Amino acid sequence: MSQKQPKAARPYINPYLGGALLGIVLFLAYVLTGAGLGASGAIEHVDIAVVDAVAPSHVDRVAYLAEKAGGDRNPLLTPPVFMLAGTVLGGFLSGLFGRRVKVELRKGPRISGGTRVALALLGGAIMGFGARMARGCTSGQALSGGALLSVGSWAFMFAVFAGAYALAWFLRRVWN
Amino acid sequence: MLPLNLAESLGGWAPYAASMLVGIGFGAVLEQSGFGDSRKLAAQFYLKDLTVLKVMFTAIVVAAALMALFSALGLVDMQRVFVPPTFLVPGIVGGLVMGVGFIVGGFCPGTSVVSASTLKLDGILFALGVAVGIGVFGETVHLFEDFWYSSSLGRFVLPELLGLPTGGVVLAVVLMALGMFVAAEVAEAVIGRSEPMRLRTWLPRRGVRLAASGALVALAAATLVIGDPTPEERWERVSAEAGAALTGRDAFVDPREVAELAEDTSVYTRFIDVRSETDYNLFHLYGAVRRPVSELSDPAFLRELGGVPTNTVIFVVSNDETEATEGWKRLVAHGVPNVYIVEGGMNGWLKRFAPPPCLATPIPDWQSREDEELAFVFRLAVGDCCNTARPEPPGKKLPGDCFLAVNPGANAQSATRAAEARPEEFPHKVKLRKKAAVKGGCG
Repeated sequence: MSQKQPKAARPYINPYLGGALLGIVLFLAYVLTGAGLGASGAIEHVDIAVVDAVAPSHVDRVAYLAEKAGGDRNPLLTPPVFMLAGTVLGGFLSGLFGRRVKVELRKGPRISGGTRVALALLGGAIMGFGARMARGCTSGQALSGGALLSVGSWAFMFAVFAGAYALAWFLRRVWN
Repeated sequence: MLPLNLAESLGGWAPYAASMLVGIGFGAVLEQSGFGDSRKLAAQFYLKDLTVLKVMFTAIVVAAALMALFSALGLVDMQRVFVPPTFLVPGIVGGLVMGVGFIVGGFCPGTSVVSASTLKLDGILFALGVAVGIGVFGETVHLFEDFWYSSSLGRFVLPELLGLPTGGVVLAVVLMALGMFVAAEVAEAVIGRSEPMRLRTWLPRRGVRLAASGALVALAAATLVIGDPTPEERWERVSAEAGAALTGRDAFVDPREVAELAEDTSVYTRFIDVRSETDYNLFHLYGAVRRPVSELSDPAFLRELGGVPTNTVIFVVSNDETEATEGWKRLVAHGVPNVYIVEGGMNGWLKRFAPPPCLATPIPDWQSREDEELAFVFRLAVGDCCNTARPEPPGKKLPGDCFLAVNPGANAQSATRAAEARPEEFPHKVKLRKKAAVKGGCG
């Protein structure tokens, strides 16, 4: 335990600067890898790798899973998984720099830690299901497809905002 | 030309390394922007802190403007960039579901990963929840598979939907985003910090912002001025590489090989007939679609070709080779893979697989006819309703007893003939090139 008071976190960067940098990262993703950014696809591959390790025959039987990890196919040996690893590393390094790496539970002031834990799990599960339904998450569909002007990505993006705003009022106690 | 083919130039490991580097940038930028904090993200939906909107739309317009400009300048081949295919209704339903997940849990998948990387417990739990949700989807998708594959529009972009040049759409998106940023500043001031609404807060006050906004508008305007490349310009850009297939005649396929492939169950064949309607009606290859060269750049048609199975071979055919070569150039310039030309055209075909004389006869002045003139006189229009349109490939051999089994009506004589047929050798040229299976991180 350190005796001296930990230094306060550095402030976040200007959102427009962050956005411009993100746009440049996205552009580099296109020209270096031929595809945009993403996370949910890689999480799925990790998911399937776990199932494949526990019950390989199940993976071979379900068409949706077999496509990614059937037989000898290694679901982890795919660029998105490496991108996910990079995202974790980049986030961690940036967090170190910003003095934000800290075990904590972020929640609204009016809910208990238990409620926040349950909502995080529930929200994640809903999000994961929706992300596969939409064939991409906010980064893969909205951001990457949106910048390439894909019609489906723009429709998707407005749907995400619509869904969240529609429910925001009912959950105001959770966050405020 | 971009995107780089790292696997080819540096080796198989390079795409993974590149993805990892991009990922590091992605994670770092998200974290620096505050996307690792669920409360900051959720504040977006109470209009107190619109960081999410600002970061996302800035990123979209910056990347869109850069990509559109690079594409207009011929530096990026958009055909080789993965554009998420549109499945409209599942996309919208999935988006609504994700919106619910966002406000309940406070993250989207990417941001939860970043949050988890800085050891935020809610981020770690959310990411675990995402893994569970994805798993549930994988196990249950067979129950609603028809829905999941419904309203498929393939690779479909806004310029096609709106009928506008890419530069115009990018300019509109940039202007829309700038408008949203002004609105976001107002919302943050009035709702977030309870400041009185003043005109001063509406507009960017600092020179940097004005300059950056101006630069974006200028990028988009430049793209609009340069315009989308014409088919001829597209061909110019790829001619150095693709032209060799014409001069080396690798793109021209012997009719016998074409006939073989048409019967081959392991590949799909498509015939694009670029001739006049009259000639097409008189006779065309089995299943051929007629489409004049000028209509080959039609976005809807290219989208259709983009959606064919990867083991599809496309043949362009005209009466001779001149028109078909023009058509071939167009399709190749648009990045359509596995396109070939029927060697000798329709005339060569009819010579090889001669129609019965009662149906068609060669014109007498065969030698002196003009280029692209049909060299046969048909007594009636048969379309593709004769064996010549779908001949038995010369190399096809069935053992005698098997031939009888599949053709119960055939007599023993033809069975022997089929068994004994010794086809002459001819060069095979079609090499099925699978499209690089580039998929988005979420694909």
